[in-house]
Amino acid sequence: MGRSYTLADLENWEAKISEKVQEFQLDCYPQEFEICDHVQMLSMMTYHGMPSHYPHWSFGKSFERTKTLYDYGVQGIPYEMVINSDPCIAGLMRDNSLCLQILTMAHVYGHNDFFKNNFTFSHTEADRVVARFKSHADRIRDYVEDPSIGQEGVENILDAAHALSFQCRRNQAIKRRDHEAQLELAIQSREEEKKEITEPELHRFPLEPDENILLFIRDNNPRLAEWEKDLLTIVHEEALYFQPQMETKIINEGWACYWHREIMNSLDLPSDIHMEFLVRHNQVVRPIPGDINPYNIGLTLWDRIEEKLLGEARNYNDDPQEPDIREKLFEIREVDRDTSFIRRFMDRETMEKLDLFEAAPEREDWVIKRVSDEDNWKPVRDLLVESVGLGAIPDIAVTDCDGDGARTLKLRHHFEGRELEATYAEKTLEHVYRLWGRKVMLETTLNESSTLYSYDDEGLSVTPDVINAIYPSF
Amino acid sequence: MGAIFRPYSPSDSLQSDRTSGDRQRHREKLREVLKENIADVISEQSIIGREAGHIVKVPIRGIKEYRFVYGQNNPRVAQGNGDSEPGQKVGKTQQQGKPEDGEAGNMPGEDYYETDVTLEELVEIMFEDLELPDLESKPLRAIEAEYTHKRSGTKRVGIRAHLDKKKTAKSRIKRRFAHQRIAQAQAEKVETPEKPEDEEEGRFPFSQRDFRYHRHKPDIRYESNAVVMCIMDTSGSMNVMKKYLARSFFFLLYQFVRLKYRTTELVFIAHDTRAKEVSEDDFFHKGESGGTMISSGYQKALDIIQDRFHPSLWNIYAFHCSDGDNFQEDVPKTIGLAKELCNCCNLFGYGEIKPTGGVSWGTPMLKHFDELEAENFTTLGITSKSDVWPKFKAFLSRDRERSSDVEMGFHVER
Repeated sequence: MGRSYTLADLENWEAKISEKVQEFQLDCYPQEFEICDHVQMLSMMTYHGMPSHYPHWSFGKSFERTKTLYDYGVQGIPYEMVINSDPCIAGLMRDNSLCLQILTMAHVYGHNDFFKNNFTFSHTEADRVVARFKSHADRIRDYVEDPSIGQEGVENILDAAHALSFQCRRNQAIKRRDHEAQLELAIQSREEEKKEITEPELHRFPLEPDENILLFIRDNNPRLAEWEKDLLTIVHEEALYFQPQMETKIINEGWACYWHREIMNSLDLPSDIHMEFLVRHNQVVRPIPGDINPYNIGLTLWDRIEEKLLGEARNYNDDPQEPDIREKLFEIREVDRDTSFIRRFMDRETMEKLDLFEAAPEREDWVIKRVSDEDNWKPVRDLLVESVGLGAIPDIAVTDCDGDGARTLKLRHHFEGRELEATYAEKTLEHVYRLWGRKVMLETTLNESSTLYSYDDEGLSVTPDVINAIYPSF
Repeated sequence: MGAIFRPYSPSDSLQSDRTSGDRQRHREKLREVLKENIADVISEQSIIGREAGHIVKVPIRGIKEYRFVYGQNNPRVAQGNGDSEPGQKVGKTQQQGKPEDGEAGNMPGEDYYETDVTLEELVEIMFEDLELPDLESKPLRAIEAEYTHKRSGTKRVGIRAHLDKKKTAKSRIKRRFAHQRIAQAQAEKVETPEKPEDEEEGRFPFSQRDFRYHRHKPDIRYESNAVVMCIMDTSGSMNVMKKYLARSFFFLLYQFVRLKYRTTELVFIAHDTRAKEVSEDDFFHKGESGGTMISSGYQKALDIIQDRFHPSLWNIYAFHCSDGDNFQEDVPKTIGLAKELCNCCNLFGYGEIKPTGGVSWGTPMLKHFDELEAENFTTLGITSKSDVWPKFKAFLSRDRERSSDVEMGFHVER
């Protein structure tokens, strides 16, 4: 398809869209669109849309991968590339048709509104993020150029830090108590529970498990150099910035789809563009059998919420949206993330409509275990809640670092039914060891018995819990 | 509100390929991986006998970025077409990733990269840290290792490309000064009141006499001269597999020598009961048949050495590959000639190709060679494709393998 439009066309359509955005009372950051070709788009994706980003070979790998998939036609390039920043920056691929550009712009405004208003993004300091990433990049380039550190040195730390980057606190809104407060609480609870013999182990550090593994290592490994600590901070800060996007994949995409449909339907599009829009829209929001399409699930849920509030399904083409219902929707987009969104609004009918099921591997096949029927829709929903958002990341926390002794770092995997991938766990533990410099241990559950990995200068050793292995619990 | 549009500028995309640095680094890392697994690549890839410039496709396992992740064998939620029933099969698990590997591919995203490597690159990676052992400097005749030119002074005639512009300009200035002096002197002598040359003095063109050209002197670095003699048994008992292994070995040796010692000479000798010197192409590609008289090959090598590569002038490396099924009567003569070869070679190697499960005629030469105690004699046994690379490295580091080691090897491997 040729580019049968000019920049002026885009600006015209954008003016119409932003008029609608205001009419619908979406609350957005100023918007910027960058027109780019497919290679620029691929590099944008590689660096998560950031105009400047520190260098690391893994981005080269990721670029090659996406480019290969794109070149062989396995995977197209997503229409949208938008980052959570103030002003909000989005890429428009110039090879796309005019319809796709209009659709993308409308969709981007949906994300923009979500970034600005959803609570999970409140800590991301969107107005300074571009400058922050630039400063990270400058610092890391300086370390690479510093002859006493060099590329190898920086990579060693970054490789290890990347392995742990998303092992951080799951709810940024809850404040973590400092050590004194923890100690106070522990002593208090000991006094309250005098009758029981469970003594809190006051010598442990940290008293309460710490999920921020990178920061814990940074603050408690005295042998790290300043530049090493800085690298850990950079990687951690970046992970914190991206964490909300992982947490709100479904609700955010659903929101953007809901609004692009709303905007497109209100735009009075020429019929050929409208037809193309319907086709594209359905391509984006159709279910992907055997997988989860966040666009599909998100939009279906938002529609369901509206339907319930309204008492009936709305004809999105003709009927305008009710302003008070819009208010309700705005409230939800402010306070929910994927887990709570699904738990609160996914009912049995929606589950059935989406045909969600639970599958488990049986030898070589995935076999459906439960479908969303009367008896099973709740457990299936709960499994979905567990796996979305940060549920994809195992919950691992530092439980002790034996500050007075041999400084063994102890990690515990909070096991809720899903096992860790063993090889990956072992290799990642090696990374933890590289950062911590002393013995590290990981407690987890494998094959239904508790397992202790430890890694020290002699390498890896694994101890299945002997007592459990001999006397399995009944 | 109105958004800001940044229009597309093609120059941006040409100039700032921001991923190039990271891609470069990633490629370097892949190359390291390739280097670590080079032995597998060599034995698996049919690179043997390929021409230079041939592009080899090498699969390398991608560099993984490890994290704590959940295993693939956990139950998960997915969408269906609308008519899902319990018990339905929905897709395959990834348990059997790469069947030829013992390792199951049940980890997330097992990446394989197929890298295009030219044969030269591959060879370069292989031989990066290897060198010919015991290279002595033989003073009487050196090989020109590098032939370049060095500037040395100027001359008055030459070709335009060698023009030394600075010197040329200087000599013109000199000539002009001289000219002015002469003109002045003449003017004083003749004492003409007016100076008609004034206008002419404004222009003073280059003359043929001003031109200076760079003089070039050949610049030759000398390197000790070396010859590598490849002797291969091409008798009937050397079946396709054995010949393949022998050729693999020689191919490595040949590539190695070609890469590291540009001017090193190579001699190829093929023998059955009689030996002849053959071309490189014939050596790697032609089959022969007949009985085996190893001595013939050694005799030919000695003749060639006598003839063309006197040991006082040349570093000589000889290597012989055979299945060791020599005629019994030929053995004493062979040992004698081998000793002679040892005397005139820097290193003489014997590789016995014994694929496991083969039928053996006569006595393996490897046993007989055990009695040969020369310092610069090396024997090794090759039993399979995967042997070739380690054994080759051992040859260059001169780890001698006795017949007993090789026998042990057979047992271990079966």
